This record gives sequence, structure tokens and C-alpha cells, in this order.
Amino acid sequence: MSSSTTDTLVRMANDISNFFRIQPEDQAVAGTADHIRRYWEPRMRAKMAEHLTHGGSGLNAIALKACERACKSVSSAPIYRGGT
Amino acid sequence: MSLHTGNGFEVIDRGTPERKSEKQVTLEIDGQSVTVPAGTSIMHAASLAGIQVPKLCATDSLEPFGSCRLCLVEIAGRNGTPASCTTPAESGMRVSTQTDRLARLRRGVMELYISDHPLDCLTCSANGDCELQDMAGAVGLRDVRYGYDGENHLDAVKDESNPYFTFDPARCIVCSRCVRACEEVQGTFALTIDGRGFASVVSAGMNEDFLDSECVSCGACVQACPTASLIEKTIVQHGQPQRSVITTCAYCGVGCSFEAELQGNSVVRMTPYKDGKANHGHSCVKGRFAWGYATHKERITKPMLRSSPKEAWREVTWDEALDHVASEFKRIQAKYGRGAIGGITSSRCTNEETYLVQKMIRAAFHNNNVDTCARVCHSPTGYGLKTTLGTSAGTQDFDSVNEADLIMVIGANPTDAHPVFASRMKRRIREGAKLIVIDPRQIDLVRTPHVAAMHHLQLLPGSNVAVANALAHVVVTEGLVNTKFISERCDPTEFEAWAQFVSREENSPEHVEKISGVPAPELRAAARLYAKGPNSAIYYGLGVTEHSQGSTMVIAMANLAMATGNFGRNGVGVNPLRGQNNVQGSCDMGSFPHEFSGYRHVSEDATRALFESAWGVPLDPEPGLRIPNMFDAAVDGTFKGLYVQGEDIVQSDPNTQHVAAGLEAMECIVVHDLFLNETAAYAHVFLPGASFLEKDGTFTNAERRLGRVRKAIPPMAGMTELDVICKLSTLFGYPMHYNHASEVMDEIARVTPTFAGVSFAKLDELGSVQWPCNEKAPEGTPVMHIGSFVRGKGRFVLTEYVPTDERTGPRFPLLLTTGRILSQYNVGAQTRRTPNIVWHDEDVLEIHPHDAENRGIREGDRVALVSRSGETSMRAHITERVQPGVVYTTFHHPESGANVVTTDYTDWATGCPEYKVTAVEVRLTNHESSWQERLDHLHRIQRIETVAAE
Repeated sequence: MSSSTTDTLVRMANDISNFFRIQPEDQAVAGTADHIRRYWEPRMRAKMAEHLTHGGSGLNAIALKACERACKSVSSAPIYRGGT
Repeated sequence: MSLHTGNGFEVIDRGTPERKSEKQVTLEIDGQSVTVPAGTSIMHAASLAGIQVPKLCATDSLEPFGSCRLCLVEIAGRNGTPASCTTPAESGMRVSTQTDRLARLRRGVMELYISDHPLDCLTCSANGDCELQDMAGAVGLRDVRYGYDGENHLDAVKDESNPYFTFDPARCIVCSRCVRACEEVQGTFALTIDGRGFASVVSAGMNEDFLDSECVSCGACVQACPTASLIEKTIVQHGQPQRSVITTCAYCGVGCSFEAELQGNSVVRMTPYKDGKANHGHSCVKGRFAWGYATHKERITKPMLRSSPKEAWREVTWDEALDHVASEFKRIQAKYGRGAIGGITSSRCTNEETYLVQKMIRAAFHNNNVDTCARVCHSPTGYGLKTTLGTSAGTQDFDSVNEADLIMVIGANPTDAHPVFASRMKRRIREGAKLIVIDPRQIDLVRTPHVAAMHHLQLLPGSNVAVANALAHVVVTEGLVNTKFISERCDPTEFEAWAQFVSREENSPEHVEKISGVPAPELRAAARLYAKGPNSAIYYGLGVTEHSQGSTMVIAMANLAMATGNFGRNGVGVNPLRGQNNVQGSCDMGSFPHEFSGYRHVSEDATRALFESAWGVPLDPEPGLRIPNMFDAAVDGTFKGLYVQGEDIVQSDPNTQHVAAGLEAMECIVVHDLFLNETAAYAHVFLPGASFLEKDGTFTNAERRLGRVRKAIPPMAGMTELDVICKLSTLFGYPMHYNHASEVMDEIARVTPTFAGVSFAKLDELGSVQWPCNEKAPEGTPVMHIGSFVRGKGRFVLTEYVPTDERTGPRFPLLLTTGRILSQYNVGAQTRRTPNIVWHDEDVLEIHPHDAENRGIREGDRVALVSRSGETSMRAHITERVQPGVVYTTFHHPESGANVVTTDYTDWATGCPEYKVTAVEVRLTNHESSWQERLDHLHRIQRIETVAAE
């Protein structure tokens, strides 16, 4: 995915966390991470995981923690490579 | 008068409306005993006893009027001959409807009518469907003693201005049915009786012709007319229909029932079906008249292929087209992976078709890359209502509005976008319900004949959540909470947290005034009015959902309704006004990438096991790509093949350039549609679709009502979407076969608990049902959350106002918001191909006089509309409907390119685009934008080689 896609994912993660930030931080991180796990296709989570390996710039504090929780376990989407 | 339809349903006009009362009265009519609710007219009671009293000015869709003097009866012990339409039945009455005296009186009345009426029945367009003709026969009229040479109206000039119907004053009997229909049913008050006595004539507006008047062409007057005075031009041209089929309209989410009336396989009229539970016999200009697109000359009826979008289309056989799609999609998956293809289901297609598309994608493509156009409209509704209440749907039926005391319309424009429901809402307001409108723009509902909003909170686009929080602040801080409801129905801990949150100063009306521009006293007054109820109902549209906080706003509305106890009975609730005919259904059917039918997440093992067992294949536990993310993945090179069913993503989705870039990066795009739409310009395969007239199935409207779609004519392309999907899936290695759409619904019922009791047989028996329809509710559920919420305890969720990232500034100082108008529908693919074009032949930019003057813009000037995303141009319309700093346009014409300027900001939860807030600048221009010039080029290369497939 291109850098513009990464920017989109960073914005999406921040937007999600901005909804949950009114809650106590642990709940906000959990809520954000759960939302990402439930609604982001593995490619998106894998791309975010890749971004995290470079520091996750642009992510706010809650989004950063949530992405580390929701995305790092995703590999670089192997099920989408190599045929049906 | 009754009509036997092709479906075996019989429609009887009982002359006056049905009355409801706990008290029953028993009377005798022509020797027959009949018991009716108190308040029922003698005419209606007689009809129930099988006795049809002659009538002309009476029809049961209108209140009795008592003008024609034909329905006179005699009542034992009473003097005179009262009109049976205006005389209520009373216990012990003995009524005679046929006596010599009555016969003489009726013949005398008919003589007067006929003395001023053309005697050309044989050549009259209403011949065979004329109540005047019927009544002349019924009363035994044989002569007119007055002759035909006296003063008359026979030379009156016919008004043919309306594209769909004519008004011939010569044939008018001034029964006022049209005027009353316009007032009572439609609520527009466009018609009147001008003049007095013999000079009385029906007049549209101030003696204008119909086209120039305030008439909205709903057809209610035509429907009500007992003669050929107001009649459809198609009937004038073709004659009376031979058969009819009851079906469901394919326009908006109201889901009106219609009788498609036909001669052979040609539709000659669409008549609103009186027993339709969504529309009760009413219609709008789109459903009633704008159906000609179905046989428009631009319909594509043969499959087409091309190796590149730069080439001309080539007509091929169905086999060649579908073989090619299967082959290409298999090639793409082999090369790029199984996640490299996906599809989009249509909210215009039937439940059965959308169900099969998502099934094909999940079971045959082996991924969850399925999404639907609800993504770009009401996906936040699903998220917000499921989060708070437990179900992704509106809470009420439409009839519920009849018991509302306070109606709050938020970000919706019902008179334009949901006109049939708007008419009922207006009727309720005329009966005394109060109205609050929350909208950046002065929609018609703010002030329209006999309807005025008590409060119009004219907020700035993007400040919805702040306003909702302010309303909640007043409810909580002024002690207006329904504590009994909260303690019985909601989670108390979550309520307490919410109450503390909304009580904060940042949510006070005084603070929110600075954000929204709405004066604090207005916010406070509106909140008090809503809390006071006692029945307060929220109706909302895309002005709520299409924001970066769309889901938050849905949650905020649900919070507000819970706090005031406005759930679980008639007259209340949170009610989305869905945009497209089957947007509710397409969501119900599992069109979202993360959930199966019935809104069950793909990661749930038990749910997945159910579908794996039913479908016989392993299923992916991970969510698939949403539409915007499909474009992102395409640009990144990992998404290469897309099947698009009945959806014009290029015109309807935001940031057109990004959509186009995504499509250009794909290797096989399949468009399955009626017309070569804007998306087809990027496609490699075109599969001709079938219109709603050509297939069987169901649509689900905004009130969760499943209505039958019945095949009226054969599919023009030879195959319906259902046939095509089955064949494509089979070619892909996952055989599908259904003999009829009813078999698909049977499968849906087997795998979806909320649909467990739905079948075509039940729909045919009941007319329609509202889900949940199952063992607990075998005949459906009009009102949800009675007694308890579907999720158990109602859940209050904190809704912090977070400003959108889309900000105005020196370069882009204005806020653009978008919407639609009455005569056109969404991207206009249907309505632009009908005479509706006379009302709206181009999209224009509404701009406030102050903003126009500052820019030297005059009415009708071409202006450039520029945002951070792109630029387009259109003509300016200067109006105070919009407030200073806000501009507005529609998106019905591809040439206007409204979505070239909208951004790719989306709702945080669902990815629904933020169409309603775009920072723009407007300036004078004298040329089209570069994007518009490119569009012209694309249209030119959309040519079709005339070599027919062998």
C-alpha cells in the first residue's frame, strides 16, 4: 500500500480513538483496538503494523496503543497472496 | 367501484374513510343489520353491508364533503334526505338507500351534471373508468330535460402543461375531490376552486397552469378525479389497462405499493395501491409517473465486453460475457490472491439478489470483500442504533407518526426525498403535532402551507453532535429526564456517566451556540419541547449520517430518546428515513464486509458455522474491504477485480478523482446495471440488469417492511440479476440454483433469525410484514423495543463533539453541503431519463445573497466550485434558503460533478463519507472545469459497436 494509504489509515485510527477518548484511557484503547479488529480488513491492519515498525508517526497516543494491540498480530496478509 | 387486480386482490371504495372507535353502533340499511364503529358514515356502513350508495364527490381516501347530492338517503323518523357521506351512523337507525323519491332526486342531480358535460363517452379517455358514466347508469339517466345548449364550460381550454397528466375543465364536475386530495392527502394546497356558483372552476395556484403552479405532481388529484378531467397522458395515448400487478416502487425508502397497470407487456400506468401499508394509496411524482426509464431507449439489453476502457464496447452473448468474468476473476485471484476481487451489492436490487451477491462473494470468491451503497448513506444508522438499542434499524412503522405530539426532523428533507411519508407527517402537524427542524438549510418543511416549525435550529454543517449534546444538557440539567423509563429500561451506571458528561459546561447551549450558530434560547426551548412530548419522535436522514461523526450523532439521538423515554410505543422513536428503496434490505441481507445477514459478525464462530453448514464451504473469519478501502487497495495494487451491481460509484461516491484512480488501477470491472452509467466508463464488462418491473423478489423499506416486487413484464435482457448471479457463481465453481426468488427468501429465513417467519406465501397473504418476523412475532413487528430493548438494557454512550478535520479558512471560506430534490432521484440515472427533467435539468449551487454579492455573482451566473479535492462548475442560484457562509447543491447530474469537490473524510465508525461538510470557495467562471472536460471525453468514448452478438 502506498504512503497515501498509510496516511488514510492513520487518520482512520485517530478518528476512531477520538470517539473513545472521552472514556478512561484503558477503555479508550480497548474500544479503539476492538473497533479496528472488527472492521479493518487484514491488509489494512498489516499495513498499519508495518507503519508501527517505523514508529507509527501521526498516531495519537490512544490510537498508537490500540493499533499495537489490534494490528501487530497480523502478518503481512499471506492469505491474500498465492492463489485461491 | 372495485378493481380486480391481476393478483386477485379486490379494492373497494367505501366512500368515506374508516373510523376507529371502541363504541360500536348497529343500524339497519335497506333491511340489513350492520354494526360499525361509532363515527362511521352511513355510506361506509352501507358499503360494509354490500350496498353501494351512488356517489361522486365521495371517496374513502378523503373526508366527506357532501357536495354532489347524489348519495342522499332516507332515514326513518327523520325529515329530508341527508347525504349518506356526511351523516354518521347511529344505533337504531333505519336507512333506505333506494326509494322512488331518492331515484327522482338523483336523476335530477345527474341531469344537471350531464347538461354541462361533453357527450363523447365512446371517445373519452376515461371510457370504462369513469364514475360519472357509472353513476349515470346507476341512477337510470335517460334524458336531460334542460338540453345541452345552455351556458356551459364545454369550450374551456385544456391544460396540458404537466408532462404526465392533462386537466380538461370541460369534463370537470367541480366535485372538489382534486382540491381536497391536494390538501388532505398531499398537503400541498396547490389547487383551489376559483369563482362561485356556475363560474366555479378548479384552478392550480393563482390561475397558473399546472406546471407553473405549486403542484408537485404527486398524482393525488388525478387519482381522485371521478371523470376524465384530470387523467394520465399515457391513458389518453394508450387507453385503459387490461391487467395489473401489485408491486413495490423502486425509488426511495418509503417503499410505496403500486399497481403496475398494463396492456399486454406494456405498462400504461402506475397507480398507488390503496391497501399498501407504507403509502395507503398515496404516491409522489417519481413512483407515480417517472417509470418510463424502464423502457428508455438507452437501456442496455445485451451483455458487452471490451479489453480496455479506452476501446468501444462489443455486444456479446450472455455465455461469453459470464465466461469472461469468471475467467478474469479466476486469473486475478491466481495472480494477486483471493482477496484481490470483490463486489458491491445494490440497494436498488431485491433482497434476494443482494443476498445472492454477498453469498457468491463469501462462498465462491472465498473472501468478505462485499459492500453496499449503504456504506455511503446509512451505515452509521446501523452502527449507532445497534450500539445503543441492539438492532440496526429504525424503531417504528410509518403509521406511528399519527400518534406523535412532537416531531423532530434532523438532517432530512422529507418533502423532497421522502414525499409520501412527508405528506403524512404534514397531516399530523396540521392535526396539532409540533415540529422542530434541525437543518443548515431552510427546507420546505420549515414553513409550508398550514405547517410551520416551532423551532428551526439552523446549525452550521458539522455541528450536529454539539447540538444533540446541548439538547441532552438541557434535558438533564433541567430535570426533564424520564427517570422511571431509565430505571426500568436502561443501564443505570452508563446513564449516570452520560448524564454527568452532557451536564458539562462544554455541552451547554450557551457554549454550543458558539460552535453551531444556533442561539442558546432556541436550543433550550427545543429541548424542553422535545422532553415534554408526551410522544416525541425523531426522524432523520443523511444530514445526520454523512458526517465524520455520523455514527456519534445516531448514538446521541438514541441517548436523547432514551433519556426522555421515547421508545417502545407508537408516536415516538428514532426513525431513519432511508434513501434508496432497499437500503435497509441490502444491509439486512449481509452486504457489509464484516457481517452476515441479520447483522452477525463474520468472526463469530457459531454464526460462521451456521453459514458454513448451510452453504457447504469454509468461510473467512476476517472482515473484508469496505468500498473506500477497495479503492485504496486498488491504488496500492492489491485489489484488481470488482463486480458492481446497480450502483454508480463514480458519480455517487466522494472524491471522484480517487475513485477514478482506484478503478483505473483495476484489471476487470464488471458493471451490472440498466444503463451505461459513469462507472461503466471504467468497466471491462457490462451486464444488462433488469428493472423492478421485470423480476420477482422483495424490497425492505425504512420501517423494516418487506414488500413484494412482482414481475410485471419479462426481463428485457432475458435474464434477471438472480439468474446472472447463479450462473456466475456456478461458473466460478460454486453452483447455485434457485427456481424462483421465493426459494432464496426461504433460505434467508432459514439462516436469519429475524426473518425466520418470512415467506412469499406470507407476504402474499398479509401484503407485507415488518421484521423481526419469527415465532415470537409471526406477523411481524411494527414497533420495536416494546417492554425492553433488543440488546436488553438500553445503552447510553458518551458522544463527545469532535470537530471535523475539514475546516474553512481563507482559501476555502464557505461550507458546501449537498442534498436532493423532489423530481430527481440520487444520481439521476432513472429520473434524468424521464420527463421529470422539466423540473430540474441541471444541478445548481444555492448561495446566500450576501456571499453572492461579495463575489459579484448574479442569478444564473456560471461559478467555479473549488475545494481541496477538486473543482467543478455550475450555475448559481441566489437564495436565502441557505445561511451566509453555507452553499448547497444536488448531485443528480453527472456533468455537475458535485462529488469532484467532496473530500474523502469519513465517519469514524463506518467509513460513510462526509458529504455534508466540504470547505469550498466559489468564484465566477466562464468555462467548465478540467474534470468536466475530461468527463465529456469519457462520454464520447462510451460508444457501442453495432455488431450484434451471434
